[in-house]
Formats: sequence, structure tokens, C-alpha cells
Amino acid sequence: MANTVDQAENISTLYANADSSLIEPFGRTLFQHNLTLTRGETTTLQINVGLLCNLFCKHCHLEAGPLRDQLMDAETIDQVVDYAARNRFEAIDITGGSPELNPRIENLVRKLAPLTSRLMVRSNLLALEGPAWGKYISLCKENRVIIIASLPSLNKAQTDAQRGEGAFQRIVAALKKLNAVGYGIEGTGLTLNLASNPVGAFMNASQIQAEKRFHEILLKKWGINFTRLYNFNNVPLGRFRRWLQSRGELDNYLIKLAGLFNPCSISSIMCRTSVSINWQGYLFDCDFNIASEQYLGGNKIHVSQMAGLPAQGLPVMVGEHCYACTAGTGFTCGGAITA
Amino acid sequence: METYYQPKDLSKFGEIGKDAPELAKKFFEYYEAVFAEGELTEREKALIALAVAHAVQCPYCIDAYTQACLEKGSNLAEMTEAVHVATAIRGGASLVHGVQMRNVATKLSL
Repeated sequence: MANTVDQAENISTLYANADSSLIEPFGRTLFQHNLTLTRGETTTLQINVGLLCNLFCKHCHLEAGPLRDQLMDAETIDQVVDYAARNRFEAIDITGGSPELNPRIENLVRKLAPLTSRLMVRSNLLALEGPAWGKYISLCKENRVIIIASLPSLNKAQTDAQRGEGAFQRIVAALKKLNAVGYGIEGTGLTLNLASNPVGAFMNASQIQAEKRFHEILLKKWGINFTRLYNFNNVPLGRFRRWLQSRGELDNYLIKLAGLFNPCSISSIMCRTSVSINWQGYLFDCDFNIASEQYLGGNKIHVSQMAGLPAQGLPVMVGEHCYACTAGTGFTCGGAITA
Repeated sequence: METYYQPKDLSKFGEIGKDAPELAKKFFEYYEAVFAEGELTEREKALIALAVAHAVQCPYCIDAYTQACLEKGSNLAEMTEAVHVATAIRGGASLVHGVQMRNVATKLSL
């Protein structure tokens, strides 16, 4: 056990230049709780198709934005599809940037849909407009794709502060359109999940209570329905980290996250059962490790060279950003972990 | 000591139980029960606490419940309205005592 912890700790020093000395290194905290963070059976494939995004969100750990031209190319997409075909994943999660802005997204969706029972795409709902948006929604509907839409807050000022001026009203309009074609409406089989991040340097709300409130307010004020809400803490990486630094709040935020470390979160944390691929085709334990450039198992492995699933028992690469996934109730790719 | 109030002291609140542990235990259990979801949601209770924090002018409570309100999904407009509720009650409490003033003045005046 100690060997595994040491291994994870040593590997995490790849990211040590950015770690804070104010909090215990994450690997040491695991050790103090007699825990190890190793990979289990991989059931979810997450594909990051690029960093291009129409928005410039202040909390983005990948620093996606309109000027980022890093997009997964056609050859890599084919290699990812081949990998998904070689290994049956229960769920496949397409993320970015804005996945809609990768010109090869239609090809990817059509090829992946038959390979999994749950194909998900993340969307900020604002990347496409008019006929292009309609065409994209039709593609999702035709392939029974689960849409995970970003909505940080029920409040216009808070949402616009995170996602840009005017974002809230446009998101509301887009959600109405999704409802109109059946997404988020019970009985249609079309799942519309919402993803919410805190709009600042504070923790996320209780998922159960927040979901109930989002259902009530969205329906009452705008007649909007959705399936589930998932809350995620902001991760102290990338643009969000710099924002924290600019406000002089980085230390406070890290101390708060570390102080809320919940040992119970480790057994069901998302990185144990998912594998993430970046836009170049390299493998990571999670999307946050893409941002911190901590490759799966500490080795730069390309998807084209990966025959099977990541080995069970392989240490997950850790850093101080891991505290964001283990604070309080913690979260998985499916939202808060049940206490 | 530059000021009586130090932000870092908020995290030491639990130390109040060192010399009276039974009383502290009872208080903190009660406190936790009060703020748990009941007929009111945790979010609503945090907004009430924020208003009361302003009424009693406790910097620790204002800091803690500003963060609690944000974490539970409240926004600045709601929180500002909550502070106005505290302000209205405090102001109203002063003003309504004007009735006593008027009673005394009327009794004493020709």
C-alpha cells in the first residue's frame, strides 16, 4: 500500500511546481487516512475533442476559448473510435471546449452511438445558432445522445458573470428549444442534464436541494424541464486558478477544499472508473489531469497504442486539484456522491 | 492585536468547548439541528441567518453566512434583500418606540 502511495506521490511531483505549501499534498492526505487511489474497472470513456470554445468562462480549468485552435483531427477521431470499438464502454462522454465547434463532431457522434448505451455530449448551449443549432440537436436526438448543458445559476447576474454578458437569456432560450423537441421531457427518452459550477470561490450546493430548486424555479419562471442536475466544484487549475490568484483567494480556496476532504469520496470518485483522452489522443485519468498534464500512469500513451482498458490497480495521478473532487460530498462524473 | 476581530478566529469556534465541553456539545448539536433542512430549506435558513447576522452586527456571522448563502445557491440580490429585512426591522423597532414617546409626551402636555 505504501508503495502505491509513494508512487502516486512521486508521480504527482510532476505538478509540484504549482502546488501550495499551505496544504498537505493530496497523496499524503490519502496516506494519513490509510487510503489509496487506484484505478478500478474502467467503464467510461471521456473524449475531449478540443479547446476551441465560443465562451471564455472564468472558471475553465482547460482555458478553452475562441482563440484556442487545438481540435481533435480526423485521424485521431478514427483512432478514438477504434479504441471505443475494441473496448465496450458503458458510457462515452464527449467534452471540450465546445464539442459542437469541432467540424468532425457529426462523424464522431454517428460512429460512437452504436458502441455504447450512454453517449453524452457537453454543451454550453451557445456555441451554435439558428439552423446549425437545429441540425446539431437533430443529430443528438437521432442518436439518442444525452445532453449535459451548463447552467451555473438561476440568477442572470451570476450566470453572466461566469459565462459572459447575455449568456443567461440565451441559455434559457436554448433550453426551451431543447424541451420543444422532447429533451428533458419525461417519457421521450431524451435526457437533458444540467451541470452547475459555483459562480465564485465557494463550494457547490447540496445536489439534492439544488436540483429540487432548479426544477421548481426553471419550471415556474420559464416553463423549462430537465432530467437531472449535477453540481461540480470549481477546480483550482487554469483560468480559475489565475482568477483566484488575482483576487488573493487561492490560499483560502485551497485550504477550504483540503479542510473538506471526505475520505468516503475516494471509493466512488470518477477517475477510478473513467479514462480521458485529450484532443491529441493521449490518455489521462480525468479531464483535470489533462489540464495539469499528468498522463495516465505517468506515461505519455497514445490511444492508437492502447490495446485495452487501463490496468486495474494502476495508481491515479494526483495533485492538489484532487481536493476539488473529494471536498464534502465529493463528486463523480455523475455528480455528488451519495453520503 | 490590531483588532478585536481576526478572520482566522472564526475557524477556532470549536475551541470554545475546551473548558466547558458538555455545554459546547449541546450547543453545537442544537446549532446543527437548527440549520438542517426542515420545513424551511437550508438555503432559506442561511438567508435568515444572514439577516440576523447584520442585525446583531457579528462580523464572523456575516462572513460565514455570506459564504453559506452563496454555496446554497442564493444570489447577491436575494442576500441584499435579506439585509434590508434586518434593516427594516431594526429601523422599525426604533420608530415604533416613538409611540411610547408620543404617549408620554401627550400625557405630560397640555
